[in-house]
Amino acid sequence: MKTTSLKKLTRITLLVCGLALCVSIFVPMWSIYLTAPQYPEGLSMFLWSNKITGDYEIINGLNHYIGMKTIHEEDFWEFKILPYALGFFAFLCFLAAFLNKKLWLSVTTLLFLIFGVAFMIDFYMWEYNYGHNLDPHAAIVVPGMTYQPPLIGFKQLLNFGAYSYPNIGGGIMIGVALILVILAIIEFRKPKMG
Amino acid sequence: MKSLKLFGLATIVALSSLGGCKPKGTETAISGDAAEKVYVAPGKYDEFYNFVSGGFNGQVNVYGLPSGRLLKVLPVFSQNPENGYGYSEETKPMLETSHGFIPWDDQHHLSLSQTNGEVDGRWLFANANNTPRVARLDLKTFKTVEIIELPNSAGNHSSPFLTENTEYVVAGTRFAVPTDDQNGDVPIDTFKENFKGVISFIGINPESGDMDVSFQIEAPGINFDLSHAGKGKSADWFFFSCYNSEKANTLLEVNASQNDKDFIMAVNWKKAAELAKAGKGRKVATEYVHNKWDESTHSATSTMKKEVLVLSVEDMKDAMYFIPCPKSPHGCDVDPTGEYIVGSGKLAALIPVFSFDKIQKAIADKAFSGEYDGVKVIKYEAALYGEVQKPGLGPLHTEFDGQGNAITSMFVSSELVRWNIKDLKVIDRVPTYYSTGHLMIPGGDSKKPFGKYVVAYNKITKDRYLPTGPELAQSAQLFDISGDKMKLLLDFPTFGEPHYAQALPADMISKNQVKFFKIGENNHPYATKGEAESKVVREGNKVHVYMTSIRSHFAPDNIEGIKVGDEVYFHVTNLEQDWDVPHGFAIKGNENAELLIMPGETCTLKWVPKKAGMYPMYCTDFCSALHQEMQGYVRVSPTGSNTPLIYSLNNKKDNAQSPVKKAETK
Ligand SMILES: [Cu+2]
Repeated sequence: MKTTSLKKLTRITLLVCGLALCVSIFVPMWSIYLTAPQYPEGLSMFLWSNKITGDYEIINGLNHYIGMKTIHEEDFWEFKILPYALGFFAFLCFLAAFLNKKLWLSVTTLLFLIFGVAFMIDFYMWEYNYGHNLDPHAAIVVPGMTYQPPLIGFKQLLNFGAYSYPNIGGGIMIGVALILVILAIIEFRKPKMG
Repeated sequence: MKSLKLFGLATIVALSSLGGCKPKGTETAISGDAAEKVYVAPGKYDEFYNFVSGGFNGQVNVYGLPSGRLLKVLPVFSQNPENGYGYSEETKPMLETSHGFIPWDDQHHLSLSQTNGEVDGRWLFANANNTPRVARLDLKTFKTVEIIELPNSAGNHSSPFLTENTEYVVAGTRFAVPTDDQNGDVPIDTFKENFKGVISFIGINPESGDMDVSFQIEAPGINFDLSHAGKGKSADWFFFSCYNSEKANTLLEVNASQNDKDFIMAVNWKKAAELAKAGKGRKVATEYVHNKWDESTHSATSTMKKEVLVLSVEDMKDAMYFIPCPKSPHGCDVDPTGEYIVGSGKLAALIPVFSFDKIQKAIADKAFSGEYDGVKVIKYEAALYGEVQKPGLGPLHTEFDGQGNAITSMFVSSELVRWNIKDLKVIDRVPTYYSTGHLMIPGGDSKKPFGKYVVAYNKITKDRYLPTGPELAQSAQLFDISGDKMKLLLDFPTFGEPHYAQALPADMISKNQVKFFKIGENNHPYATKGEAESKVVREGNKVHVYMTSIRSHFAPDNIEGIKVGDEVYFHVTNLEQDWDVPHGFAIKGNENAELLIMPGETCTLKWVPKKAGMYPMYCTDFCSALHQEMQGYVRVSPTGSNTPLIYSLNNKKDNAQSPVKKAETK
């Protein structure tokens, strides 16, 4: 019985993770920055759990040269799901802390990892879709050129430098994933030491 | 201005008597580190915005200091074909007057709005000398947003000068004229009976900046030249320099130079405002125009006003005084403390400095030497603080460095002279090239001068720049005044004839710049807020084209069915919502101008085709890589032909032969 319960520190950390996930619903998750000689001040776009903000309308205007689809908030079904998904994982963290069972810690960690990977794949697919499905009648067609922004990091796309980085929300998600894994490892190594 | 001939003579006399102290060339005037002090590296900004009057080009020029780089030319009283100001339907009302549409003027002086006597970076006021007008420019958009005409005035020279909290902008007439309710059709030799010198007080709304001629003062028929409001303890007062106290009306260079002293007129504007409020004065029937720009409709309206309140000399008997000032005074400048009023007798060999405290005491003690046309004249000695002896020849204007010194421009001896306000001793002088008129220290007419530079605005350039035929550029010269010696740093040519100028630290206004107009807030009656709303509407012989522009196309881009004699109105809305992306619009053979439409703005160009044919239209501002593709055609058929009115709207394939939309007919 004793070996299935969690350390006090683990439970506190789970509470903190749950709170952090609640916060992530209300802050930007991901940032995409574009710079070009004509845009010394840069263009930025922020993905939240439920909306897009920043200069995406200006980016839409520029993207018509290369025939890229325009970005519209209503096209993202994810915005309807994501806040609840994050809320659900926050709830799972609280639940694991409350139930004080290793099993629930493992379940939370596993589900969150699956969610995280799915999130990244989904994000990648959006980027792939935008970057590859181009209007063949576009003003600028560079043979072989695609315009998929990087998932994380920097990529030069014609005259634009594109940067993609997690914002606060994304940082929280990555942080929570890491912490959950570490907690799980610690908790499962504990009985051997005991 | 007195005759140049007199100045010329004075110069010859001065030069021969001084044994030819001709200024040496620039080589000796410039010191080693000058280039470093004016160098603004690529990517760096200037420290000050300098707004310089455009003189006879009717515009205001914006320079950066210390580089002297021209940043922009702002149309105020003149049409500007570059952007359609005064040509577009929206801006035409800005140049309406009671005399009709006047697309030019002579722009002399500028005033930056002030709060507590310090420049605040909200608005810039500009005068029009010829057809008396005062304009207000908004420094968030650098646009002329209001122009008010002045009744009972001619030659709006002592204008626009502001009270220390921008309560009033003042405008004194240079030419005495019969008031608008009197018959002006009178013999010139009835000057002394019929001609008056009217001063206008334009009230300014502290929030919106909107102007309104609150009241006028009918002063004696002398010429008002320049002005400045008091500040601090003298903040309730306004001071005006006057010439032609002789009331001559012919050969003024001689006849108006007879009296040893003319006047500085001191007006207690607080009292005058109270008198006006209390119902003193008479209502004068007149006509003058008030033009206002509305940022939400991107359009101006012009309203005719019919009446103005005028206070008489009698009404003003305890609130208006003359102070004798030698000789034909020009500048009239008040130091940062508000205690010293510097007159500049442009024919005098000294600079008189008056004391506000002494003026108040003289009024209390009734130290008057008499009356002039019913206005009490204060005894010269009773008002005088002292005289700057031998300052130079032809003192015109004085600005203050904020360190207890004044710098005065000398037209005849072509120099700037720095003197100490307390002991009235000359401490430094530096030559200018040549014949300097106004001078400007950033904030130099306020309570808080930024006493780092002085700029001299010179009338003659002769050998300063590459020659450009008989007409040469005017010039500005920048001097470093941070040390004991004024040092020449830079020459730069200017547009028009620069008169007065104003400058302020750049970040006071750069941080407030509007970058584009929000399309959702565009309330222009003919705005087209998306390409889908584009259309063509015929109303009799008027055709309204609701057109949009975005990188890199117009919608619609082809129109057929226009007929010779139609009045075609292109209402072009720039859909961009991004900084620095205006689009232009021009059409072949248009007698009007082109348009330059800011992001989110709607502008209208009127076009009346006179011949049948095919008329290309295109964007004139290189907006993108595909700017050259931003074009279209208008087909014009003969009057009475039955070509249907159709237009193409974003047709994806090349179906120029089969446009898809039919115009509405109302
Ligand atoms: Cu364009």
